Amino acid sequence: MSATLSKVKLPYLLLLPGFLFLFTFFILPIVNLAQTSTQTPIANGDTGQYEQTLRFSNYVDAFTENQEQFARSFIFALCATVLALAIAYPLAYAIAFKAGRFKNFLLVLVVAPFLVSFLLRTVAWKQILGEEGFVVPTLRTIGIIGESTTLTSTSFAVVMGMTYNFLPFMTLPLYASLERIDPRTMEASGDLYANGITTFRKVTLPLSMPGVVAGTLLTFIPAAGDYVNAAILGSPNTRMIGNVIESRYFKIVDYPTAAALSFTLMAAILILVTIYIRKAGTEELV
Amino acid sequence: MADVSSATRGDLRLTRITKSYGDFTAVNDLSLTIPEGSFFALLGPSGCGKTTTLRMIAGLEEPTVGSIHLGSTDITTKRPYQRPINTVFQNYALFPHLTIFENIAFGLRRRGIKSVDADVNKVLELVELPHLAQRKPTQLSGGQQQRIALARAIVNRPALLLLDEPLGALDLKLRRQMQIELKWIQREVGLTFVHVTHDQEEAMTMADTIAVMNEGEIEQMGSPADLYDNPETAFVANFLGQSNLIKGRIEGTDGDNLVVDLFGQKIALPKKRSHAVDNSIYAGIRPEKFRISLVGTPTRGNTLTGGRIEDVSYIGVSTQYQVLMPWGQELMVFEQNDDGVAPFDKGDEVVISWEPGFTFALRGDEDVEAGTEVIPEDLDEE
Repeated sequence: MSATLSKVKLPYLLLLPGFLFLFTFFILPIVNLAQTSTQTPIANGDTGQYEQTLRFSNYVDAFTENQEQFARSFIFALCATVLALAIAYPLAYAIAFKAGRFKNFLLVLVVAPFLVSFLLRTVAWKQILGEEGFVVPTLRTIGIIGESTTLTSTSFAVVMGMTYNFLPFMTLPLYASLERIDPRTMEASGDLYANGITTFRKVTLPLSMPGVVAGTLLTFIPAAGDYVNAAILGSPNTRMIGNVIESRYFKIVDYPTAAALSFTLMAAILILVTIYIRKAGTEELV
Repeated sequence: MADVSSATRGDLRLTRITKSYGDFTAVNDLSLTIPEGSFFALLGPSGCGKTTTLRMIAGLEEPTVGSIHLGSTDITTKRPYQRPINTVFQNYALFPHLTIFENIAFGLRRRGIKSVDADVNKVLELVELPHLAQRKPTQLSGGQQQRIALARAIVNRPALLLLDEPLGALDLKLRRQMQIELKWIQREVGLTFVHVTHDQEEAMTMADTIAVMNEGEIEQMGSPADLYDNPETAFVANFLGQSNLIKGRIEGTDGDNLVVDLFGQKIALPKKRSHAVDNSIYAGIRPEKFRISLVGTPTRGNTLTGGRIEDVSYIGVSTQYQVLMPWGQELMVFEQNDDGVAPFDKGDEVVISWEPGFTFALRGDEDVEAGTEVIPEDLDEE
């Protein structure tokens, strides 16, 4: 009896630590955030003192005031995701199929940036793209950009920073799904009258779709909520929604608006991701 | 798409093909003609170069030296998709993201054929799996996947169909069944089949012509019966079935026969079955050709006396004996259990006899162990 009972209980016991963690650090804060999002300032109170008044129009106000930043966040995130995909796919393909004995070494190189702090790496990009870096003078010499053009404090720099910072999140899932493809299916495709490009379109790419979906999600979601790249590499004209939330929280101490913006961002990402997964149809893949 | 029309037909000719990887020569100066419409087997142990040869025919590898012609067309450097050749891969290599129907239609669609339904359904009927058209490959059993891989290749009606150990992953019973089916399908569709295998029984069951490969070269080529009854080398004698090879000397001739001395006992063997270059030979006799009799009973044909039964294994259809000869060699003898005679016992003193016409002779400097090593049933060999 006791044996069967513990068999029934065992899965729940194993789930318990994870559940406790998520409850404390995810569910409670979310509930707290939800409560905050409908609060209003206490009349005659100090800065940062709010009371619950269930003012749902906080959401409307927060959204209408920051439409531009919302739009920019999604456009930047989309650009960074597309760029990262364009860079990571050939890279992951080469590591999976062409690297031979250098495979593991190259994979270490892909994750090596994680050994340095995210902030430091972004600051380093500021140097690289700055006036004293080698990029700007080189581009000026070969005439791609004009003498007065700078790269820092631009949308370009922000998107580049995000592309760089999230590249490993794109590369690793792509590599994992490409590596799982049996190279003989590609040989079979060639054997069945498909040239290289057709083989890629009809066999390799469809079989790597789980990796494409995972990689783009792992890049797009954090990129849409990112504020570090825009703060360090951008200017007031390139503020993203993450920057707004950050400043509402820590500078203006406007907790309700910050909370409402956070929820709006979460909802928007959730809707976009759901549509994307439906369209990509990954559940049909093996 | 690419030129894969029926214009490119005819015999496949490999001319002095060599394939090297660094210092390692996988295929060495190999020449071969595979007649159109035949069922041809490349037989050999792991690492003998048979799969490399097949991959060069398919276009998946390029020969280091030599040329490959299909009919009058030189296809040596053509890409795989430019050759009217299709392959049934060892692990089938079906496309996991496509339905069975789309897997089979793949080659047709790549050639720009719009209406594929009739062809695909016909070939699904041929492999007796029309009800699986809308399934995915992972939902099929190994035997079913094997048939789909075959269907996916033959639907294109290639000038040449290559089969790379296609039955290696199947269990024995299914393999026997598929051997018969493959042979039947080959006759039905009338395509040239080139079949690579390390299983001699499989090759003998299916092929019209077998090329036995060893260390990158062809040891011998011929019909299954030719290779079995009249092997030219010890490797072939041992790799196709089992052989007793007895050291001897040619003493003279007697009409169409050679007179051979085997450790003091004279036997005869047909001149045309001798592949010796000088007087030193190995006389070869298949175990089932021997007859055993107790000392004192009359015998016919070649006779070797002084044997003693060392071991008896009863295996139903036959009994296998190990007979120790006076010169210390143990001979293998397979006796059919069809005459109601009580089997011999261990320790019996016996005489061995056989028809002279069943004897073959190999060169005396051959390695009698060649081709006897156990071949691992490894799927991912080479």
